[in-house]
Amino acid sequence: MKRRTFLTIMGSAGVVSALGTAKVAQAGPHTFPYYADSYGVLHDTTRCIGCRKCEEACNKVNHLPKPKKPFSDLTVCDTHRRTGEYEWTVVNKYKVNGKDVFRKLQCFHCNDPACASACFAKCFTKHPNGAVHYEGSQCVGCRYCMVACPFYVPGFQYDEAFDPLVQKCTFCEPLLMEGKLPGCVQACPKDALTFGRRSDLLRLARARMADNPGKYVNYVYGETDAGGTAWMVLSPAAGQLAASLTPDDAPLAGDEMKQLGLNTHLGHSPMGELTYGALGAVPMIVAFWPVLFGGAYAISKRREAMYKAEKDEKVKEAREDVAAAVDAAVRKIEETQGPGAADTARRAMTEALKARETECKCHGEDK
Amino acid sequence: MSHHSIVIPTKDKLFNLGEFFRPTPGNILTAVILTVGLIITIIRFTMGIGSVTNLSNTQPWGLWIGFDLLCGVALAAGGYFTTVACYVMGMKQFHSAVRPAITTAFLGYGFVVVALLYDLGHPLRLPFMFFFPGTTSVLFEVGLCVATYVTVLLIEFSVAPLEWLSSKYPVLIKWRKLVVHATIVLTIFGVTLSTLHQSSLGALYLIAPEKLHPLWYSPFMPMFFFVSSMAAGSSMVIFEGMFAHKGLHHYMDETHLREADGVVFSFARAASFILFAYFMLKLIDMLVQANLPYVFSGYGAWWLVEMLGFVLLPALLYAKGARDRNLTLCRIASANTVLGIVMNRFNVSMIAFNYNLPSAERYFPSIWEFCISIFVVTMIVTAYRFIIYHMPVLYEHPDFKDEH
Ligand code: SF4
Ligand code: SF4
Ligand code: SF4
Repeated sequence: MKRRTFLTIMGSAGVVSALGTAKVAQAGPHTFPYYADSYGVLHDTTRCIGCRKCEEACNKVNHLPKPKKPFSDLTVCDTHRRTGEYEWTVVNKYKVNGKDVFRKLQCFHCNDPACASACFAKCFTKHPNGAVHYEGSQCVGCRYCMVACPFYVPGFQYDEAFDPLVQKCTFCEPLLMEGKLPGCVQACPKDALTFGRRSDLLRLARARMADNPGKYVNYVYGETDAGGTAWMVLSPAAGQLAASLTPDDAPLAGDEMKQLGLNTHLGHSPMGELTYGALGAVPMIVAFWPVLFGGAYAISKRREAMYKAEKDEKVKEAREDVAAAVDAAVRKIEETQGPGAADTARRAMTEALKARETECKCHGEDK
Repeated sequence: MSHHSIVIPTKDKLFNLGEFFRPTPGNILTAVILTVGLIITIIRFTMGIGSVTNLSNTQPWGLWIGFDLLCGVALAAGGYFTTVACYVMGMKQFHSAVRPAITTAFLGYGFVVVALLYDLGHPLRLPFMFFFPGTTSVLFEVGLCVATYVTVLLIEFSVAPLEWLSSKYPVLIKWRKLVVHATIVLTIFGVTLSTLHQSSLGALYLIAPEKLHPLWYSPFMPMFFFVSSMAAGSSMVIFEGMFAHKGLHHYMDETHLREADGVVFSFARAASFILFAYFMLKLIDMLVQANLPYVFSGYGAWWLVEMLGFVLLPALLYAKGARDRNLTLCRIASANTVLGIVMNRFNVSMIAFNYNLPSAERYFPSIWEFCISIFVVTMIVTAYRFIIYHMPVLYEHPDFKDEH
């Protein structure tokens, strides 16, 4: 009974993963992204001045603990910080072609999030409004979601003894539902963060590039990276900064994205797809292995049986041979020495044979 | 020769705990480790994971997953390996190796689950995976298979405690008969589950291609993990046998002692083939993925150490040891392989993981994490000793001789 339930579950696991693949296949390689009508945010790093107002706002609207250094201290941007359990967004300073550029980090709210695909307790869900929602009440705290997130976003409350949770930017869903903007977007004084429908944001990004030739790298980070993300980034191009370039910086031009700390090697399909193959193999193994090993078992059983039959046959033959020989010998004795001697001889020979047989049994079986 | 001295628990004297209370160095060390472990356990569960580990947001999985889970499961592979060889392939001469292998496998998996509870933020919510099944997750598959396999192993193993207790509670003999009849079904079920979760431990890392060094990341990681688990399984049987022969010699019966060497040589030959196959797989994978340039980097040197010193070398040692019937050589090779497996799992989960990060953000386990891992291993050894002292594992129970 246990076995049957298990197989059903395994089977459905396979089917579900197959469905997942089917959904992606339907979307096709070039029709990114699904959830085109969901909300997103475009971060234009050419406008960002590193004032940390978004960090402060995020801290406030989400009631996070106050950091040790105040938000007015701008030097913290110099060290490359990561988002964490109590800092859902951080602004870092990067050198792009020798120039200072600031970038805000937070959960990218992926279209088909790695964290959601990885969580074995279904804590993450992509909501139609664009947010990747985390349900802490069913979280086991295994932190596989953190292993999976290609952007190193989620943080874990390691200091919490009894109810440690995974924490990350929520897209300020409660505010969105009230029809308000996310805290960080509201707070940005430079319009570096633009909130809107994802499809609109992509159009806006292209328009900015077209209107300002040479200002931007011709790439919207997050449009397709890791399967597409709701939050996207524009990076300054060498063109705008070229004047300030020293010859030493020149070789750096061209990989601005990398200098901005953005990973451009994530590929264009959702990270979860990388595991669908392995999961898809599950029903195969469940179906095939028992057959394979059952077959191997049958073969070895059959081999054993055949071996035994052969042995029995040989033994029988040998026994018949011996019986015939004994008979012949006894007949001879009867002819030459009379029936009395023949009887004695037969008895003696049978006894000797029996004794040998039992002896053989003792030695033979064990080997 | 020595089977006369085996203390077989009887109806009136079920326990044989004397061995634990002799003041041998082993017993004293065990007591110290268990005490320290208990103290850290209390700290861990009252002050949070952060109080005893160096885990961080960039390295959410450390020693407890890398060693206790990944290595633990791989090294417990002796269970499926031996049962398949004996029952499915019909190599009856391994029969005396089956019970010890099942016992260690069961203990190994049991304590994998125990160790896992330390690492989970919400250990009591572990069953949530059945209520909210995240079917797209490899971890779900791992959890489901491990849970089921632990149950299978428990049933397979239960024969030994039943034989132990049956002298007092004869009703247990019925259940024992049932399990013995189901042996082949359990074996096939077990190997299926093992294939699944051994390989899916590798598949766990498929989702993080940008975090794991290319020399270790491969779409074939599930296969690598499975193949190396077979090598681990056969090596562990030899490796544990070595220690058992040292400390538990007087709990082995004649059959066990007579068959032991044959088991070593057969498993050594098998392990040698598996390691060669694994070596070729890894080599071809490296070439196909065009990772040759990486081989000449720092990580490449480390990769070569692993591949040459801990895959190819033990493969050769095993081949030579099995051919010359050289017991010592086979044992050295088994230790070499076991180390290699640990090294490989460490590489995937810690050393080559996050290779891109600046060294300040890298992870090194805290002393307390090591302590807990040692604690877990000590608990396994202690439990194993308890079982050996009481149950017919290394010997056949006189009441149940020739019944299989
Ligand atoms: S950025 Fe990371 S945490 Fe955020 S949705 Fe994507 S995978 Fe999940
Ligand atoms: S830590 Fe929680 S949210 Fe993350 S994968 Fe585990 S159960 Fe899911
Ligand atoms: S959307 Fe809200 S939670 Fe996310 S970074 Fe902005 S303020 Fe913080």
